[in-house]
Amino acid sequence: MKQKLVIIGNGMAPGRALEKLFETAPEAFEITVFNAEPRVNYDRIMLSPVLSGEKTYDDIVIHGDGWYIRHGVMLYKGHKVVKIDREARTVTSEHGAIAEFDKLIIATGSSPFIIPVPGHQLAGVVTYRDLDDVHAMMLAAKTGGKAVVIGGGLLGLEAAAGLQMQGMDVTVLHLMPHLMERQLDPAAAYLLQRSLENRGIRVHCKANTHAIEGEKRVTGVRLDDGTLYPADIVVMAVGIRPNATLGKEAGLSVNRGIVVTPDMRTSDPDIFALGECAEASGQVFGLVAPLYEMAGVVATNLLGGAAEFHPSATATKLKVTGCDLYSAGDFAEASGREEIVLRDPTRGVYKRLVLKDNRILGAVMYGDVADGAWFFDMIRRGVDVSEMRETLIFGQGYQGGSAMDPMAAVAALPDEAEICGCNGVCKGKIISKINELGLTDLDGVRAHTKASASCGSCTGLVEQVIRLALGDAYNPAAIQPMCACTDLGHDDVRRLIKAKALKSVPAVMQELGWKTSCGCAKCRPALNYYLVCDWPGEYADDGQSRYINERVHANIQKDGTYSVVPRMWGGLTSAQELRAIADVVDKFAIPTVKCTGGQRIDLLGVKKEDLPAVWADLNAAGMISGAAYAKGLRTVKTCVGTDWCRFGTQDSTGLGVKIEKFMWGSWTPAKVKMAVSGCPRNCSEATCKDVGVICLDSGYEIHFAGAAGLDILGTQVLGHARTEDEAIEIIAALVQLYREQARYLERIYKWAKRVGTDSIKAAVIENADRRRELFDRFVESQKYVQTDPWAERVAGKDAHEFAPMATFALPHAAE
Amino acid sequence: MNAMASEWVEIGPASEIPLRGARVVKAAGGDIAVFRAADGAIFALRDKCPHKGGPLSQGIVHGHGVTCPLHNWVISLETGEAQGADKGCAPKIPVRIVDGRVLISAVALTSRAA
Repeated sequence: MKQKLVIIGNGMAPGRALEKLFETAPEAFEITVFNAEPRVNYDRIMLSPVLSGEKTYDDIVIHGDGWYIRHGVMLYKGHKVVKIDREARTVTSEHGAIAEFDKLIIATGSSPFIIPVPGHQLAGVVTYRDLDDVHAMMLAAKTGGKAVVIGGGLLGLEAAAGLQMQGMDVTVLHLMPHLMERQLDPAAAYLLQRSLENRGIRVHCKANTHAIEGEKRVTGVRLDDGTLYPADIVVMAVGIRPNATLGKEAGLSVNRGIVVTPDMRTSDPDIFALGECAEASGQVFGLVAPLYEMAGVVATNLLGGAAEFHPSATATKLKVTGCDLYSAGDFAEASGREEIVLRDPTRGVYKRLVLKDNRILGAVMYGDVADGAWFFDMIRRGVDVSEMRETLIFGQGYQGGSAMDPMAAVAALPDEAEICGCNGVCKGKIISKINELGLTDLDGVRAHTKASASCGSCTGLVEQVIRLALGDAYNPAAIQPMCACTDLGHDDVRRLIKAKALKSVPAVMQELGWKTSCGCAKCRPALNYYLVCDWPGEYADDGQSRYINERVHANIQKDGTYSVVPRMWGGLTSAQELRAIADVVDKFAIPTVKCTGGQRIDLLGVKKEDLPAVWADLNAAGMISGAAYAKGLRTVKTCVGTDWCRFGTQDSTGLGVKIEKFMWGSWTPAKVKMAVSGCPRNCSEATCKDVGVICLDSGYEIHFAGAAGLDILGTQVLGHARTEDEAIEIIAALVQLYREQARYLERIYKWAKRVGTDSIKAAVIENADRRRELFDRFVESQKYVQTDPWAERVAGKDAHEFAPMATFALPHAAE
Repeated sequence: MNAMASEWVEIGPASEIPLRGARVVKAAGGDIAVFRAADGAIFALRDKCPHKGGPLSQGIVHGHGVTCPLHNWVISLETGEAQGADKGCAPKIPVRIVDGRVLISAVALTSRAA
């Protein structure tokens, strides 16, 4: 019978231990995992980019639900374990779930330390530990206001930078005389402080918090010296303490953390402690690299091996965009130690090495951290540096006379040099995986080695290693082929489609030497779009080369049902339309009705077979497809303008409706969202759209290339129009230029960045002839697309899409 | 003839499945996706991506593979296995063509394990 393995905790360390187990012996254990957080395993060190808005939760998930299912792991989400019974060999969760174990891993992590000053329990005081904390901070940041971060260590500063990027006014309070005193010396800390202050973050060192003030909610933080910092939110990031209570109650030996021997066993040989809750060689750990090392040791020993964990030097990088900071090893001053220091105040560069007996013990770098991995490698290997001492501080490039090029520097690294600190991946492992599996790109290397898959700061280095292994065959700066089916990039394919007058998907694949019989899910939708755009009226759209949403004119949802969004011109609707929508919702038992951000109504959870009937009813009330699924014109959002608003300067609603009625149905490289605001107060938020119009007394200011999704970007002004007709001509010409030039799935802001806004202005503003030609081509292509796709399908087009091929009755009797 | 009594059940002519496309067969054991590749070959898989259960029948069919519409996993039509670095398998359903008509295994219609 299989042994039963129970893991308490589902953070990164136990996640890594499971990966190691499955690599060597996937069937060895029957595994149960208890996670006090109601979610899967995610990359906790990437919470800072989530807070700053540079990443989303989905981006940082390490193991999704499917992973647990595939490996047969029973995962209890949101179950906090409250008891370990060592006699009965069971653990019990707060919700009463009981699991038996033969082997147990305690990986309960750590908790943020809360300074017990008066007011620490007020609403608005948060810690920085998990996704819930991040959400709490992001919510607070939405309304702007003031944030105080208590703690100027790694976490506190990342929290401060994130909150500031979210628009808050941020103050950092730090008890010690300088920031990040555990990782930095005073000089580097000074440079860091200056850089944070330059970006608008206030830093107050030697700040002893006296009390957090407020009635129910926090209103400010008072220091011992009487200083008061007003605050709408207070983040406590002063440190962590291991969660060892569970181990203590079970009678295990506990000191600061749960005490383990070098084989990671607690005082009970069947029970391991792993991660931040474990105390090994008298130390507890908070950085990911040693925790991952522990995970490997636990996995090996569970399978009967004999691995040991011995803490070694660690390296730290600060994940704050624009602050390059690296520290490694031990850099405290002590007798018998020497130091080499380089300062370049103008460039803001500081480097310091601490040596003893001609070996590097520690390194601190600020501003130029390129040689961090090289120094760290020498620290770990204890290299004698007496030969290169004179040029050591300048870095690896200066060893042996003239400056080395970066490739030679990477080539010179030994195989065991660590490339990815987060995941403990060395150069040799990357190269052997590339050779063994025939990997050709960064994505492949990430998937198979995990190098650069956590914080990503070593991406450049990993790319250099790939280049080293593959030679000139790998050149990330070169033209990216559209996909694995061709060596041509998007721009070449677009050019050749026109030049060779290729008018079908098979013709393109034949003439341009496609390497696969019928393409793939990346190139086919792109080619289909390019042909639709370049040969209006001639090219027959290939439904099988469209994504499902565009093929069935609705948005697929996670459970395989669809959502339906009818067009509401300029956001206007009527009693008749609303009544028809309500009737459809009742008739088809549609579970969710929601207002979209684009001033329309979304009907969610419609069964695929019901779609044509739903559309028929909506059509009958005069509504057509809103194309909410399309790489095409989505919405034109409007405010009420001169119709109602006392500030309105023009008829913004009317102009929005005109634009939408003129441009609906057009296919574009990626979705296009527009808005028209009736005055510079900009209630329709036109300045973060792909195309926006701000009405003025003097006419219409045309904006473009905004973004408010993955990226946030204000628009740029394209030009000024005196009349509605002129505004519409400029907008249509702009969209046509975008249609003709952009790469498939490239939004307007990315296209504009690539080709340069000047070239776009030259074409659609400065050159009236060119604008007219673009406008005419847009008008021509609109002739063929303004047929409601819903009405076509109600009339029977593509009926096979909506009906099952066969249905077999449920044979209840046979059960 | 009682369809359930024979080993193979006819679901219709192959020509009703678009080339480089798929159709769904609804059955007690769960939906089945029946694919027709560009070369005319017919395949059938349980209509559930091993990743998050996405309906494979709605994906883009290319070569002898399909890309799941939810998160772009590529599944081999020949084996049901996820391609590339992803791991997982959509159960394969036995399927035959007789005189241009598609037959699938009767067992697969009723039982969940294919």
